[in-house]
Amino acid sequence: MSALTITYAVLFYVATAVLVGGVAYKVYVYASTPAPLKIPTTPAPTTRLGVMGRMLREVTVFESLFKSNKWIWLFGILFHFALLLVLLQHLRYFTQPVWGWVVLEQPFGIYAGFIMVVGLLGLWARRFLVDRVRYISSLSDHLMLALLVAIAFSGLAMKFVVHTDIISLKQFFLGLLAFQLQPLPADPILLVHLALVATLMIVFPMSKLLHAPGVFFSPTRNQVDNPREHRHVAGWSASINNPGGR
Amino acid sequence: MANFETPALREYPIIPLIHAGTMAHSKPYVAKPEHQKPLGFPGTLVDNWESVAVKKLGELVDESRALRVFLDTCVKCGSCTDKCHYYLGTSDPKNMPVARQDLLRSVYRRYYTLSGKLFPKLVGARDMTKDVLDEWYSYFHQCSQCRRCSVFCPYGIDTAEVSMAARDIMDAVGLGQKYSNEIIAKVHSIGNNLGLPEPALRNTLDGLEEDVKDETGVDVKFPLDEKGAEVLLITPSADFFAEPHIDGLIGYAKVFHQAGIRWTMSSHASEAANFSMFIGNHENMHKVAIRIREAALDLGVKRIVVGECGHAWRVAYAFWNTLIGPFDFLDRNYPIPQHICEFTYDLIQRGALTLDKSANDDKIVTYHDSCNVARATRMGSMPGGQFVIPRAVIKAVVNKFHDMEPESIHENTFCCGGGGGLLTDDLMEIRVKGAQPRMQALKHVVDDHGVNYLAAICAICKTQFAKVLPYYQYPMDMIGSVHGLVSKAIQLGTKE
Repeated sequence: MSALTITYAVLFYVATAVLVGGVAYKVYVYASTPAPLKIPTTPAPTTRLGVMGRMLREVTVFESLFKSNKWIWLFGILFHFALLLVLLQHLRYFTQPVWGWVVLEQPFGIYAGFIMVVGLLGLWARRFLVDRVRYISSLSDHLMLALLVAIAFSGLAMKFVVHTDIISLKQFFLGLLAFQLQPLPADPILLVHLALVATLMIVFPMSKLLHAPGVFFSPTRNQVDNPREHRHVAGWSASINNPGGR
Repeated sequence: MANFETPALREYPIIPLIHAGTMAHSKPYVAKPEHQKPLGFPGTLVDNWESVAVKKLGELVDESRALRVFLDTCVKCGSCTDKCHYYLGTSDPKNMPVARQDLLRSVYRRYYTLSGKLFPKLVGARDMTKDVLDEWYSYFHQCSQCRRCSVFCPYGIDTAEVSMAARDIMDAVGLGQKYSNEIIAKVHSIGNNLGLPEPALRNTLDGLEEDVKDETGVDVKFPLDEKGAEVLLITPSADFFAEPHIDGLIGYAKVFHQAGIRWTMSSHASEAANFSMFIGNHENMHKVAIRIREAALDLGVKRIVVGECGHAWRVAYAFWNTLIGPFDFLDRNYPIPQHICEFTYDLIQRGALTLDKSANDDKIVTYHDSCNVARATRMGSMPGGQFVIPRAVIKAVVNKFHDMEPESIHENTFCCGGGGGLLTDDLMEIRVKGAQPRMQALKHVVDDHGVNYLAAICAICKTQFAKVLPYYQYPMDMIGSVHGLVSKAIQLGTKE
């Protein structure tokens, strides 16, 4: 087996471990850190079911962002949904036989790549054009966008400019899943694409990409507005012991 | 009047371009040792303050999911950048919510994240230096913890939580804010923000009874420490002190009187305000709040009603059950605690009050949603009742009411500019500039509808508006209590 294949195999095992382990660790930390006080941003739902609805709206239609700024919302929703379609389309490289709905989704997934670029460039343009957003952007914010744009471009290039040996690539990934190494095609664009994706996976749990799991743990969004009806205690507030009463 | 320019009110609100450093000079007076010690804080800046601050930050993150998630999840999308009234009024970019959070997030990243430890420059991580501390002291005292940014953040990041944490850290290293800490010390030693001892309080209330008797001929009582009363009223001590607050207190008393409900105030718990929330310190917040439980038990009341005060209603509504509950000794048939507007609203619904709207015909009224009421609490059983109920009370007692534009009311409301522990003369510039977005919205209803009365249910809002309205060429007595309106309309002697 070539050094290249071994290098990329190791890279993807490491990247997957870091992504899964890192996000699992972060989720564990968020879940186990107490929320001692009730702080939902009101008006807030007064039932658990209502909160699930609020959260669903936040993560599917970006409700708060829509209220706030239509441009960020537009580019944000274009990018995120396009990314979702692209990721689903990529399932075909990891499944044999390919699931029926993935086959149906294939054309959408491919053209979503362009939408993703539009969303990313829109978001990036704001970091240069809007003075307030320029002020708050750090180098890492630009690099993150650069990384995603580069992933999108290299991916699109393989579909629309220089085809890669997709059959061998799929063999490589199916092999990784079965812990049996298969040769990886030494195609420069593919190698760049894969290296960038692995980088993204590794960076994910230690960067602002944590907004994906983090939003579910945000107390201003996930708490039920019922402090008068139910006594809420957690962490330091659980150790309060007030004298008197019945 | 002052060595700064009052921002202009325009035809339409604009989002200003950033002007770095315009408010870098704004700093409140530093607390002296005698203000710090009673709260359990070091009197002056401790020697190893850098390590104490970093350690305290780690502890706060460990004990607050909100803080941890908020520090991790911001993607710098810019959604909040034009939402803070202090940014809109000053154009200082460090008053953009995300930039304010970053003052603390940069330190968190440096000491508590892998990327910040390895690549500080790349991710904007900073060492805890004196410059950073000074910047914290300046800009975390330009946040009124109004939560407007949290409404618009796609992750619900609430800058109030970050600024509370920053202030708690600064107190822990001995760098406290004089205004808030002096007041909290006064509550600990005397029992209220004003430092009004029991005899003075009793004297004030006796005086009010005489005033109301002179004006109406009716014996409206202002009871203090009456055991066996049904309702304990907890109200901000500003209500005992001056216009326009005191009109509100008179309004509550008239409502209780006409409803025939026995009520009392308490000299032990003569303060609804709890400034410990502003400084983010839960030990002090508990210590201030527990007096209310003690008073309720001691007086044997069945219900607790809270007077017009924004942050106090947040502490009461959202935190009391946690901090000083359980309230198994109170009557479960009523909300615990109940807001005075809920209380009056229920009586109006039941037809228990005789109200003559025409008594307020000299007024064209608008209503200012106070931030803590709007974005951190509820009234009634429906989400958004905190917007409906106070307006329903107002509309029951006045004929002429006009709301300000939708972008500036309900959960979108703009802070008065003086909340969160900034209501002090040494922060006058930021208070005046921070009021600009609210004044802008007010101008429209003044110009279009001739509004001449700005009603509010928050002691801080009332004090702040009385002070800043003249800077914008409006009369200071334009601001008033909602229950000041009720007081005028209520027809004593018709029901009892």
